[in-house]
Amino acid sequence: MRIKAEHLSYVYNASSPFATHALNDISLTIEEGEFFGILGHTGSGKSTFVQHLNGLLRVPSSLKKYKPKKLKKGETPPPPTVLQVGAFDLTDKKTDFRELRSRVGMVFQYPEYQLFAETVAQDVAFGLKNFSKEKLTDEAVEKAVRAALEVVGLSYDELKDTSPFDLSGGQKRRVAIAGVIVTRPDVLVLDEPAAGLDPLGKREIMQLLHRLHEEWCKTVVIVSHDMDEIAENCTRAAVFSEGTVKFVLPPSELFRHSEELIALGLDIPLTAKLCLALEKRGVTVDCDFTTEDFIRRTLALNA
Amino acid sequence: MLKDVTFGQYYPVQSFVHRMDPRLKIVFLIAFIAAIFLAKNFYGLAACAFVFLLALAFSGVPVRKVLRSVKGILFILLFTTILNALFYNGETVYWSWWIIRITKEGLIFTAFLLVRLFLLVMCSSLLTYTTTPVALTDGIESLLTPLKWIRFPVHELALIMSIALRFIPILMDETERIMNAQKARGADFETGGLAKRVRAIVPILIPLLLSAFRCADELGDAMEARCYMGSKNRTKYKKLRFGWRDLIGFLLIAALVTGVVLMGIYLGAVI
Repeated sequence: MRIKAEHLSYVYNASSPFATHALNDISLTIEEGEFFGILGHTGSGKSTFVQHLNGLLRVPSSLKKYKPKKLKKGETPPPPTVLQVGAFDLTDKKTDFRELRSRVGMVFQYPEYQLFAETVAQDVAFGLKNFSKEKLTDEAVEKAVRAALEVVGLSYDELKDTSPFDLSGGQKRRVAIAGVIVTRPDVLVLDEPAAGLDPLGKREIMQLLHRLHEEWCKTVVIVSHDMDEIAENCTRAAVFSEGTVKFVLPPSELFRHSEELIALGLDIPLTAKLCLALEKRGVTVDCDFTTEDFIRRTLALNA
Repeated sequence: MLKDVTFGQYYPVQSFVHRMDPRLKIVFLIAFIAAIFLAKNFYGLAACAFVFLLALAFSGVPVRKVLRSVKGILFILLFTTILNALFYNGETVYWSWWIIRITKEGLIFTAFLLVRLFLLVMCSSLLTYTTTPVALTDGIESLLTPLKWIRFPVHELALIMSIALRFIPILMDETERIMNAQKARGADFETGGLAKRVRAIVPILIPLLLSAFRCADELGDAMEARCYMGSKNRTKYKKLRFGWRDLIGFLLIAALVTGVVLMGIYLGAVI
């Protein structure tokens, strides 16, 4: 499903002294099949944007039902807000948001803190049972839960009757992800999927996401501030800053703007840092900023 | 939706009332409430209302905000109004049917009560609008100091209060996050009968409880790591001091209480 947003704005606590403009007239399109990265500082609006994608935040009705006030001469009416995910029009109140949520999976930051059921199998089945229109048979539930647990790399037979609170941190996170993908969403959105994990855990989670991208969910969107993660994994990335989109580029081009990113207060991947340092000494390395490519090209310099 | 809860909602502007000493503001509130109850007639209440409006005008808090605080007790207001207007035992009967009697005295009494309740709620909310929760607990701690003589753990009580206040927004955020996460998994909190809704709370409640315990654990560890020992020999980062604003407030409230008592004696009573 294609995600398309045009002129999207969002204000928290509107008309109070705490009002903050989280999104400011954003336009962004994510094509089907992408592994899309969203970068930005805390408070840059990235989480706010992502929460729009499955209707947890709605487009304010004042924006879509724009009443044509008497415009002064030379004034143009504000452009209409567009927000579409596949065939779902998110600016329309009549949209079936339940159906939308089963098609757009959302994994929040630290998803392991949302586990609640007595057993792993019950927890994973929670979303499945919520979304299904008719009552599912036990076999159908078991089949789906088994498949979801197995794709995240856990054994159904070993863990199904374990309490989710007895698992290790990494396992909990996998169970939580399984609980989201069990409905086989077309789009999977993850907010900081690797936050708080050690380097090995991070790598495993990213490998898992690639597996999901290939086998389960056509489009994967990750929100992250880990630049290495973006450089290594994403097909394209958008840079958010202060509620606006600054860049939408593939990482191999994005990190050519390293200096601008640093000016925005963002980190850059290690490879980009090394490229900058080398450039200062008169050596230009033209790489796509993945570790592999960087090593290959620097070694080639030697030869 | 959770953000709409008016609890300790501080309204962040700089104003005369904001800068007053929290200890005195609490005392003033108590004195003001006393004045409302000492008022025996509408003159007294008018004086109270005048002082309240004065405070409101110098607080920078929008009238709309203060009016919103009444919304919480709307039901009680309605209830008392109907009961009193219909069943008060008065002399001048305007209309009566079965056990219902609408009397002149009843209507006057109802109006009196309404003004009283309105003032009561609005002045209390004015305190929380103009005082940060931290300042409020500081003030309460300071006012309770005499209880230390009977070995009442005043400092600990104040600490518990400020921690509880501090954690309300955190837990609210957490609740919202968990609700969003479960909503994304198709949880439905808005439709269905009572039993279904109660069951729907479980997926929020369990993670929330766990997270509250986790917060408490972490805070306890952090406090212990910094050798927190309780009240002995602790000094305050913010020292409370009285200023000229407090003197003005004091004079105003003192005048109000005296005035209300005198009016009660010399101008007759409604009740």
